[in-house]
Amino acid sequence: MIEIESLSRIWKNFSLNELSLKVESGEYFVILGPTGAGKTLLLELIAGFHVPDSGRVLVDGKDVTHLPPEKHNLAFVYQNYSLFPHMSVKKNIEFGMRMKRIKDPKRVLETARDLKITHLLDRNPLTLSGGEQQRVALARALVTDPKILLLDEPLSALDPRTQENAREMLSVLHKKNKLTVLHITHDQTEARIMADRIAVVMDGKLIQVGTPKDIFENPVDSQVASFVGFENVLKGMVISADRGLLRIETGGAVIDASGDMEAGDQVYAFLRPENIALSKTSTQSSIRNSLQGRVTEVWILGALVRVKVDCGVPLNALITRQSAEEMDLSPGVPVYAQFKASSVHVLR
Amino acid sequence: MKATTRKIRRIEPMTFVFSLILLVLFLFIFLTLANMIFGQLVGDFSGLVKAAGNSSVMGAIFLSLYAGFLATLLALFLGAPTGYILARFDFPGKRLVESIIDVPVVVPHTVAGIALLTVFGSRGLIGGPLEPYIQFRDALPGIVVAMLFVSLPYLANSAREGFKSVDPRLENAARSLGAPLWKAFFFVTLPLSARHLLIGAVMTWARAISEFGAVVIIAYYPMIGPTLIYDRFLSYGLSASRPIAVLLILVTLSIFLVIRVISAGWSIYDRD
Repeated sequence: MIEIESLSRIWKNFSLNELSLKVESGEYFVILGPTGAGKTLLLELIAGFHVPDSGRVLVDGKDVTHLPPEKHNLAFVYQNYSLFPHMSVKKNIEFGMRMKRIKDPKRVLETARDLKITHLLDRNPLTLSGGEQQRVALARALVTDPKILLLDEPLSALDPRTQENAREMLSVLHKKNKLTVLHITHDQTEARIMADRIAVVMDGKLIQVGTPKDIFENPVDSQVASFVGFENVLKGMVISADRGLLRIETGGAVIDASGDMEAGDQVYAFLRPENIALSKTSTQSSIRNSLQGRVTEVWILGALVRVKVDCGVPLNALITRQSAEEMDLSPGVPVYAQFKASSVHVLR
Repeated sequence: MKATTRKIRRIEPMTFVFSLILLVLFLFIFLTLANMIFGQLVGDFSGLVKAAGNSSVMGAIFLSLYAGFLATLLALFLGAPTGYILARFDFPGKRLVESIIDVPVVVPHTVAGIALLTVFGSRGLIGGPLEPYIQFRDALPGIVVAMLFVSLPYLANSAREGFKSVDPRLENAARSLGAPLWKAFFFVTLPLSARHLLIGAVMTWARAISEFGAVVIIAYYPMIGPTLIYDRFLSYGLSASRPIAVLLILVTLSIFLVIRVISAGWSIYDRD
């Protein structure tokens, strides 16, 4: 278990401000935030590489704030893996055992086998691929059987296919070794897939903690909402509220949404581009919102197409390339932008 | 990162002019030394053999190498920790400290000698209290102190650059694996900056061996190579001093050549 109590630290361009957090034993906890939010600084404070200006770090109930890093009993894997370039893979893995005076040659082989790097043991780490280096770094960190693993952007230096394998490997290691994992990333998809719980950190402050469902469906404020993919932000006023169903005047359009606001409230309505469907006709269905507009821009992104529609308010929609081709979408074409009231996230 | 160099494929006027200047620089150094060495080898080989057989000449050359070696050891002992602190930490007055470390390079060496004599002389700040135990004036410790003073900046700066080139995250990784700071330093940082330290040590030794101005003031005797050359030049002229100069340069050049060859494949990781 890791407990962080009102941790503050200013270092170079980064700062953490009164940050408190609790990571339960056995949890896969992801800290999500944009680049420069102070995530790595937070991880380095927990590992003891920095001493905080104020606040405390507790590992399994023990105050380690002012203890040197080697007494924190955590495994730490950097984004660049930080393998020792003057040692072979085997020597890298043995390093922690040497430092902790553990004599058990079998353990190195077992860990190497678990991470499928037995064939790399005599190699120099500089000659390995990114994915291999990562597995070596994990082996080096895990060989001494730590209970807590800190991961600094572990997937961001890998190509997409290797990323997928690495995600799977991390999940397996987490379960098999009953690890408490604290993983930081700027990638919302990664957080969503991996995490039991997520903490969103922005500008050195903790903004929201919750399950992936909480974070991605009910962001607490506009900053989190736009960071987790609610690209469409409409400012407006609630003109009627009836048993959780809101009607919101947004300047150019009136939309239906769900929420517990009252008439007269000034609100922001957030909408994900993938939750907007485009159609040539206004279909009658359970979908409550159907706004008439014109396509202003079309970008092809491989299998998906991003379409900008002017419905009195500008909306970004993400649709499949097939449906874009069927509708023959191009700037100027009239369309209906349709979305459910329940997919609109409303915040004051 | 490796500095980018490119092969010259097209000669532009500026490249041509700069290349000519390079040639002038090269010839300036090469001809000066080669002329002396070959002049001696061809014109007066027997003088060289005679000098090599002279015990006071060989003693002076050996003393130069030995005192330079002691100064380099001391410089390593003082310069490596200094370089580490300067590479890893920011503190108030750091710029000032760095500038002061560089001062011996810019101070005229006779001035350095006078300053050292005031401190290490028998009535000096350090030399006074140490008088019953260790003599600096006209003694080996004085030579070593003078050599150390003028050559220390090379080691401290080289060590600083070496330690700076080692990613602090490697040290952090070592520490999270259970290494206290001193072990992280000795097992990770030091081996990775070994090449910088070696280059620094060689530069320091070279600078120490070539020192004359500071040494001659604090310790004219026992004579080191450069002092003996100067002494012979004043007393007997060029023909008496040149063989010793050639011997000194041949001995030092061959030692540096050996070090270069040995260290060429020494640390393949510490390249920047």
